[in-house]
Amino acid sequence: MDSALIPNGVKRCSIGQFAVWIAINGAILLWGVWALLLIYFKGLNQTNMTNAYGFALWIWADLAVIALGGGAFFTGLLRYIIGKDELKHIINYAVLIGFVCYSSALLILAIDVGQPLRAWFIFWHANVHSMLTEVAFCLTCYFGVLTIEYIPLILENRQLNRVPFFHHLAHNMHHIMALFAATGAFLSFFHQGSLGGVTGVLYGRPFGFRTGLLVWPWTFFLYTWSAAACGPCFTIFITRITEMATGKKLVKDNVIDLLAKIAGWMLATYMVAKIIDTWYWAAVTAPSMGFTLMDFYSNNPGSAYGIWILIAEILVCGVLPAVLLLMPSLRRNPSVLFAAVTLAVLGACLNRWVMVLQMQAAPVLSFEPWFTYFPSWQEVATTILPVAYGVILISLSYRYLPIFPQEPELNPIEGGK
Amino acid sequence: MFPFSFEWVWDMGHIVFHGGLWYALSILGMGMTYCIIKAVYDTVKSKDGGHGSGHH
Repeated sequence: MDSALIPNGVKRCSIGQFAVWIAINGAILLWGVWALLLIYFKGLNQTNMTNAYGFALWIWADLAVIALGGGAFFTGLLRYIIGKDELKHIINYAVLIGFVCYSSALLILAIDVGQPLRAWFIFWHANVHSMLTEVAFCLTCYFGVLTIEYIPLILENRQLNRVPFFHHLAHNMHHIMALFAATGAFLSFFHQGSLGGVTGVLYGRPFGFRTGLLVWPWTFFLYTWSAAACGPCFTIFITRITEMATGKKLVKDNVIDLLAKIAGWMLATYMVAKIIDTWYWAAVTAPSMGFTLMDFYSNNPGSAYGIWILIAEILVCGVLPAVLLLMPSLRRNPSVLFAAVTLAVLGACLNRWVMVLQMQAAPVLSFEPWFTYFPSWQEVATTILPVAYGVILISLSYRYLPIFPQEPELNPIEGGK
Repeated sequence: MFPFSFEWVWDMGHIVFHGGLWYALSILGMGMTYCIIKAVYDTVKSKDGGHGSGHH
């Protein structure tokens, strides 16, 4: 029924199967939309946020998807600016994943703002002393860059590409994509960094506070670094999931290997910086504010924030995947590679979790207990909503757009065109 | 956002923040304008019997 829209040289499942898949994810999406409407019409009392938890599940999800969406800017930087030409076979998918991540982040922010009709105030009445203003500027501009990078893919749909104007527009956009990619890298550097900077400048929160360089706390640089390291891992992770779901090989091994190797070096150097930062914070910064390291990791309900979380973040989800990705014999084993990128992705999510939630949970005053928080179902539903949206957009793009240029070569169709 | 907004001050914070914003928006705007105008030109040229931008 929709065969005229499917790219040449590839095979897709029947429209019936596809419709069922979209319907299942659409139902989850509608559940999220229902929660979203409740929050819009009834207000933030639908959440379990309190005065102690001004940042909650949404902000963690925001920071996590922005970090993981960093694969788009970093792969674009490698492909268009540094000239790693092999990555042209995966850049489309990196852009699509980035587009999903950033549109999800903006959607979550639109819910979290609380007064969506005033969301434009952050641009019009900008507070130029706030790192969040920089985040808002760069985030929306970079989403514009991702949209510009995604448009040529849409225009390369078989039917759209027959329209001469669309055909020429897609070609011209590809022609100057390096300009957009460079702008995207510039914007990403600052908004990834400023998200880290938000925690690092909170001098009233010793768990998150860091010293730094000029106006930038060390977390500014660590967030950008971790996004550049874990973003490509997320791109590989989603590519492998897509290959498992479709039962096809979509990207050649040498492309994945190159991206994994670069991600491994980025992750290894990030871990060195992270370990130094953690040591300096534990040995100098926190004691100067009257805290020891174990004050942040003990006496909390159920040991939810025990020292295990630091070990998991740095050793299990940081050092271990870095070693696995750096050793050619290990990263060329598909199972090991998948384990490594999964751990790296979990590491980025865990880092954002502790920097957003543990930072607020840890007591600051001697008479305070640990603050506990459990999200309401509306918060959970609106956080799952972007996942369902992402699955639907990726499914539609995979079905109708030439996302994987190597797919026809890797999966030849007998007698088909 | 604009110098005519009532809270605008000509200080370093406003110049750096908004300068960066307008710098990025200008690049994106000019880039897209170039692509669209050139696509119109190429389309008209190819309809006139030419070979467009000569690609593919």
